[in-house]
Amino acid sequence: MSETSKTTSKIEIRGLRKSFGSNEVLKNIGLDVAKGGVVALIGPSGSGKSTLLRCINLLVAPDGGSVRVGDTRFQFGDGAKLPDVKTLARFRATTGMVFQHFNLFPHMTALQNVMEGPVTVRRMAKADAERLARAQLAKVGLAEKAQQYPATLSGGQKQRVAIARALAMEPDVMLFDEATSALDPELVGEVLSVIQQLASEGMTMVIVTHEIAFAREVADRLIFMRDGIVVEEGPARQVIDNPREAATRAFLSHFHRTGALPPANATS
Amino acid sequence: MYQWDFGILWSYRWLFLNGLGVTVGFTVVIVLLGLVFGLFGAFGSLSRFRAVRFTALTFIEAFRCTPILVQLIWFYYALPILAGVEMTPITASALALSLYGGSFYSEIIRGGIISIDKGQSEAGAALGMTPGQSMRRIVLPQAIKRMIPALMNQSIIQFKNTSLVSVLAVPDLVYQSQVAAHDSYRPLETYTAVAVAYAAILIPLTIIVRRGEKRLAVSE
Repeated sequence: MSETSKTTSKIEIRGLRKSFGSNEVLKNIGLDVAKGGVVALIGPSGSGKSTLLRCINLLVAPDGGSVRVGDTRFQFGDGAKLPDVKTLARFRATTGMVFQHFNLFPHMTALQNVMEGPVTVRRMAKADAERLARAQLAKVGLAEKAQQYPATLSGGQKQRVAIARALAMEPDVMLFDEATSALDPELVGEVLSVIQQLASEGMTMVIVTHEIAFAREVADRLIFMRDGIVVEEGPARQVIDNPREAATRAFLSHFHRTGALPPANATS
Repeated sequence: MYQWDFGILWSYRWLFLNGLGVTVGFTVVIVLLGLVFGLFGAFGSLSRFRAVRFTALTFIEAFRCTPILVQLIWFYYALPILAGVEMTPITASALALSLYGGSFYSEIIRGGIISIDKGQSEAGAALGMTPGQSMRRIVLPQAIKRMIPALMNQSIIQFKNTSLVSVLAVPDLVYQSQVAAHDSYRPLETYTAVAVAYAAILIPLTIIVRRGEKRLAVSE
């Protein structure tokens, strides 16, 4: 029985609520992501999309509702106890996250950054972790930058190291929190092409993004949020090309929705 | 014109060396013990629990905001009367100086930890680290680098603060030089030599630490 639910949805969120003080950021949110599915979350800033993403790996603890990733399910709200730090850590080890500002560890080389999760969290032998880390760096096209410190890398390279670092944990799902928003325009393409490659390999992903053309290309489902609720949801192309709701139309009118993705320099 | 005569100090050399040994040994003890108190103070003041935070802050402010000379006298003379705790002058002054230094170390360590971007511990947490792991592996290695200049500064002050233990008749360098000055009637030469001795130990130390800082900064 759980077998079928696993194949139908990898991530399942029900009735999710979150407030910061008197500010209700998420109001009764539901979300399903199929195994191998790619869901893009779009919406104006302050819409709650980043908070929703951070609730999926419990970096933010919801006030109510439930979160399930794979076979692990957490219930929040009335009487439900918050999970202890060990349980939380084990759960987060199965979800990869990529941040807007990379958050690479500046005191470690690119290679050490990628090895850190496998060595510290998965207790992998150093030699095995290094092999795994080098493979992940090669995958994002940065094999030759292994020994460099983050300070010497470009924004696009930093973000690709951050993606390799998350992948080295061999996660079930990947969460992207505005992964290209802090990048110079000419560096966006190289990061998007890595994400696109992950999608084509069947990685289950939730992507918070302002790259509408990219979302249209890569995501199979799209969710438009505003003021803590899901305003519109559907197949990505359908929502972007023919939005039903006025709010979605108004938001999308600020973007070029189609056209070529920014080129990934060096590789293309 | 005053006639300097440093030659006279030579006959007190063993007195000075003894005193210097006590001063250096004392400093090592109060710096190490102070760092232990500092760690407790820092992590206590960052605790999730109110009672722990309150206790840590009370300790920090009690020792940071009162004069060390008063603390020394208080530990040696007041504690036996008030709490029935008898201590030798050496224990009393080591404890007072360690707690005094610890209160400053606490704030330095706490400041270093909170200066590290929250995104760093978030990235650790997202990889599946426990808060303890991300503190050890991610936050502290970066924070310590930032703490070193301030910790060094405070330790230099601690080294010089040991001169105050002479009020409890602990035979440190300053105490012994008082003896020498009274005996030789040459206080100018004696205290000048003492100042030179302190500087001669501290200056090379500061150079070593500066070098170390540069080496550590390479990765930033």
